[in-house]
Amino acid sequence: MAKRIEVSGLHAYYGGTHAIEDISMTVEPRSVTAFIGPSGCGKSTFLRTLNRMHEVIPGARVEGKVMLDDEDLYGPSVDPVAVRRTVGMVFQRPNPFPTMSIFDNVAAGLKLNGVRRKSQLDDIVEESLKGANLWEEVKDRLGKPGAGLSGGQQQRLCIARAIAVQPQVLLMDEPCSALDPISTLAIEDLIAKLKNQYTIVIVTHNMQQAARVSDRTAFFNIAGTGKPGKLIEIDDTSKIFTNPEQKATEDYITGRFG
Amino acid sequence: MSSQSGVDAAVGARHRAPGRRLSTGQAGDRIFAGAARGSGILVLAIMAAIAVFLVWKAIPALQANKANFLTSQDWNPNATPAKFGIVQLAFGTVVSSALALIIATPVAIGIALFIAFYSPRKLSAGLGYVVDLLAAVPSIVYGLWGLLVLAPHMDGVSKILNTVLGWIPFFGGDSPGKNSIFTASVVLAIMILPIISSISREVFLQVPRANVEAALALGATRWEMIRLSVLPYGRSGVIGASMLGLGRAMGETIAVAMVLTFAPGVNVHILEDGGNTFAANIAKSFGEATSTGRGALIASGLVLFVITLVVNMAARAVVARRKEFV
Ligand SMILES: Nc1ncnc2c1ncn2[C@@H]1O[C@H](COP(=O)(O)OP(=O)(O)O)[C@@H](O)[C@H]1O
Ligand SMILES: [Mg+2]
Repeated sequence: MAKRIEVSGLHAYYGGTHAIEDISMTVEPRSVTAFIGPSGCGKSTFLRTLNRMHEVIPGARVEGKVMLDDEDLYGPSVDPVAVRRTVGMVFQRPNPFPTMSIFDNVAAGLKLNGVRRKSQLDDIVEESLKGANLWEEVKDRLGKPGAGLSGGQQQRLCIARAIAVQPQVLLMDEPCSALDPISTLAIEDLIAKLKNQYTIVIVTHNMQQAARVSDRTAFFNIAGTGKPGKLIEIDDTSKIFTNPEQKATEDYITGRFG
Repeated sequence: MSSQSGVDAAVGARHRAPGRRLSTGQAGDRIFAGAARGSGILVLAIMAAIAVFLVWKAIPALQANKANFLTSQDWNPNATPAKFGIVQLAFGTVVSSALALIIATPVAIGIALFIAFYSPRKLSAGLGYVVDLLAAVPSIVYGLWGLLVLAPHMDGVSKILNTVLGWIPFFGGDSPGKNSIFTASVVLAIMILPIISSISREVFLQVPRANVEAALALGATRWEMIRLSVLPYGRSGVIGASMLGLGRAMGETIAVAMVLTFAPGVNVHILEDGGNTFAANIAKSFGEATSTGRGALIASGLVLFVITLVVNMAARAVVARRKEFV
């Protein structure tokens, strides 16, 4: 179920603003790749180009190539809606559908895919909630609103919603930055478990988190305000944190940077 | 006197310095507070005076009434003895407004969704402006248009509806016409369309980005995103908007008065000519009414006022409830 992502020569723009410049990298299947770098260097922008969510912002566009195994996501005949069903996404702030129950939140994507049979929905919802380490906490109140859960539970609900449709890739944009330390640990455990099945890309502000959860780490940087963000280097996480190739990476991870 | 209180204030200030900072009560503030309170009281007093005046005028007519005001279908307040009841008026008002709402709401939601999510951005600002402008067209214009342009076409439409949907009691009857409650409903629907549409559009545009992106990231098409995120979020706002539209439809006078022709009694066949509403009835018959007749009209106006008030309060309750979701 996991696929390799291969990005080459990717640029992203917001109207006339050049947000990220010439990014090329490979993301291995069944692994966790962390994106780190200072605010505004384009980590979120780049992440959103991987499931064609960038272009839902008015005026935003992408140049370059993103291959998912041997399919070009920006190919002329590719439907962005289909891409988003294959590449799931979890946002910085938990965003369950506020008027829906816990069950319906998880089932929402399945229903989009035409799953209607109650027994099948029941099974997949239970499996997804178990997959997101949330089942035990909510199994007695599946009919209650998803918005009534704690922040950490809501984020796991969003992860359950994303994995319910069995995506090839799971993108997470700072999924723990709005959460307390306990909930953060719960999500990190979950990521370790999910990487056996999915290709995971996670943006994080937290260097320890990158070191804890990821196999590979990519460092992004920006030359100055108004300049486009760039990929400085990507390597095994242990290498990035002990012996990076680039001086800028070392400065950043040792805290000698902004 | 003023120097005296100035000294007091200075002395007081030394003793209760923190308290003094809380009140910045200068002359300007006091004058403004007084003026605001005064105009508030004035508005309430005027409203109370109007209410008292109307009830005062209505009571003698109600006493002279030989029929039951609440259950009689007749409206003959100028006869001797006077006999009048509100059933026909209430029926016409409620049915024409409700039907107008049923016609207008889906169209208004469609327009709002189109402007908010489908039309190109450059077009949507202009379209929104045009819709808002429609709300500013005087009702006499809608009335003339309804009478001269719409009504002639409604003849054919009524006959088709009568043939196809005649098995529904409302659309039954032997002589579908063009000066019917149905035609009035269509005119009312067009009149309340702009307000429902423009409030709905505002509500739809407020849907948080996070909700929209949650749906899109799951692989929702635009329409599926609207169903998952926009409509649930906007539902209570749209209900509130429709209620406001309903209130406007119930109070509409001149456009309805121009379209409807007079026929006595309640006729459930809304495709047939005839029917009457509170507001249209007042506009048509106030001029040549006797003093009892005027009192009767005023009493009917009070009933309309109560109905409109209830609808408005319901709308407010619904709109207030939506705050809990955000
Ligand atoms: N919706 C947007 N419209 C215009 N510019 C944006 C938008 N989102 C982000 N940007 C700009 O793109 C650049 C990269 O932002 P972002 O990808 O959010 O960085 P990061 O996630 O690394 O903090 C920033 O300069 C930011 O101001
Ligand atoms: Mg970001």
